[in-house]
Amino acid sequence: MIERRPVANAFGHIFLITTILIVAFPIYLAVIAASHTIQDVSQTPMPLLPGAELFTNTARALFDGPQMIGVSGATPALVLMKNSLIMAIAIAVGKIIISLLSAFAIVYFRFPLKNFFFWMIFITLMLPVEVRIIPTYKIVADLGLLDSYPGLVLPLIASATATFLFRQFFMTVPDELVEAARIDGAGPMRFFCDVLVPLSRTSIAAMFVIQFIYGWNQYLWPLLIASDYQYQTIVLAIGRLMRAPDAFYEWPVVMGMAVLALLPPVLVVVLMQRWFVKGLVETEK
Amino acid sequence: MAPMEKRVVFQNKFLPYLLVAPQLAITIIFFFWPASQAIVQSVLREDAFGTRSYFVGLENFIILFEDDYYLHSFQITALFSSLVTTIGLSLSLFLAVTADRLVRGTTAYKTLLIWPYAVAPAVAGALWGFVFLPGPGVLAYVLEQAGIDWNFQLNGGQAMFVVVVAATWKQISYNFLFFLAGLQSVPKSLIEAAAIDGAGPIRRFWTIIMPLLSPTLFFLIVVNVVYAFFDTFGVIHSLTRGGPAKATEVLVYKVWYDGFEAQDLGGSSAQSVILMVIVIALTVVQFRYIERKVHY
Repeated sequence: MIERRPVANAFGHIFLITTILIVAFPIYLAVIAASHTIQDVSQTPMPLLPGAELFTNTARALFDGPQMIGVSGATPALVLMKNSLIMAIAIAVGKIIISLLSAFAIVYFRFPLKNFFFWMIFITLMLPVEVRIIPTYKIVADLGLLDSYPGLVLPLIASATATFLFRQFFMTVPDELVEAARIDGAGPMRFFCDVLVPLSRTSIAAMFVIQFIYGWNQYLWPLLIASDYQYQTIVLAIGRLMRAPDAFYEWPVVMGMAVLALLPPVLVVVLMQRWFVKGLVETEK
Repeated sequence: MAPMEKRVVFQNKFLPYLLVAPQLAITIIFFFWPASQAIVQSVLREDAFGTRSYFVGLENFIILFEDDYYLHSFQITALFSSLVTTIGLSLSLFLAVTADRLVRGTTAYKTLLIWPYAVAPAVAGALWGFVFLPGPGVLAYVLEQAGIDWNFQLNGGQAMFVVVVAATWKQISYNFLFFLAGLQSVPKSLIEAAAIDGAGPIRRFWTIIMPLLSPTLFFLIVVNVVYAFFDTFGVIHSLTRGGPAKATEVLVYKVWYDGFEAQDLGGSSAQSVILMVIVIALTVVQFRYIERKVHY
């Protein structure tokens, strides 16, 4: 800061704090809605201060799921969150493993077609699900993977960004380490497991945070693949519950579920902030 | 492009292929094959029974561009993405400049502003949908009291307003982080020198900070347009289902709807191909710029 401007600074703080409150406002309201009875929330407008039902409504969301008129088959949030967790972790771990392996091959070996493979991986950046939506669905259907965890996970674990990130990191690893490993008689896989992967810890953590959020927040893909309630994710369930906003809704339970849907990824970002920012900035290089 | 391999490499004939095999298998089965199928389907049409398909050339594309709904969807997408990009970027730039000027609290503000990034677009849609819901919705009530006939489920303009709010809200943290990083890398000595020469804060912002920030700004414009085009399906689907009367039917919503709900295979595939061209163009723009940034 150059000049001393106490008034401008005070306004700066006020502006930032106000923005933070506005940004948090919809989540505050969701928590408030989750703490009241249906009758209270159905008032115009709903109450702005917390009620006493938060525990009851959260328990209902977790173990029963909201009852909807016209929407059959309420699924407990616990089942949905289990599916989200499986999907998010499998996608994150899967992406990290296959990207570590392919980045290792690209950086530490010389072989024909290498550049071609590299470009193939790069081009996947230009093919989001949205531009190949029906044929991808058909492939998964033909492979018999509809309504299954592999169907939810496998098509999403190719990753150009993770491959680039690891390639970039491997390029900074000193060549002396390879030479030392070779003198010690360690083969490539030994070097990969004992030297390269441990050295990549920070990059792996950064990638895990980014890809966990990516996996947890998937929407279009589970919408196509998981028609069976047993395989739906909590984010998908939230979107589906909003289908007929005119209908009589158990808003307290629905909003409790929305909070449950956003809590895990938000906690991951806040608790692993250092790796999150690193991952975000480095994948965009 | 930077050198791709080490000076010192391992010797092995088969191992590297084995190592790239999982990534390539996924890439071919779930990316290249379906993408090529989308291109093939876009020049085919199925007969009325869905049993045979025959070659129709560019007819699917011609039908698409003569379809008022499709052109309308293009306009809606253009409006939506320019609103999300301009509002999101101006707001987060203003926030980042304010946070950067302050000596104390920058880290705390950062923590308190980054978390919306982690909220799924569909959940963001649900949260804002509830805030603006006629009846219990608090802001819906405020707007009613202000004399506005508020119902975003019936009014197309209001529906667009709500999806823009939800989509922008989610993206503010991302923009803020990158702007703040960009601002913090502006050399303090330059700003001090300008201050000694008598340039005030506003003058300094436009003549020193903004030019140095322009690569970040340009990068964020591309990222935000890509986000608004491709990552907001959840917002639209959970909030408006493209309605009312297709007022929020963006391109990715239409490609899904036509393919899965309306079962128009050829039309949806032609739309996929057009989206493919858009995303390729955006990626090329983004990477050409990044190449330049690396060399400077």
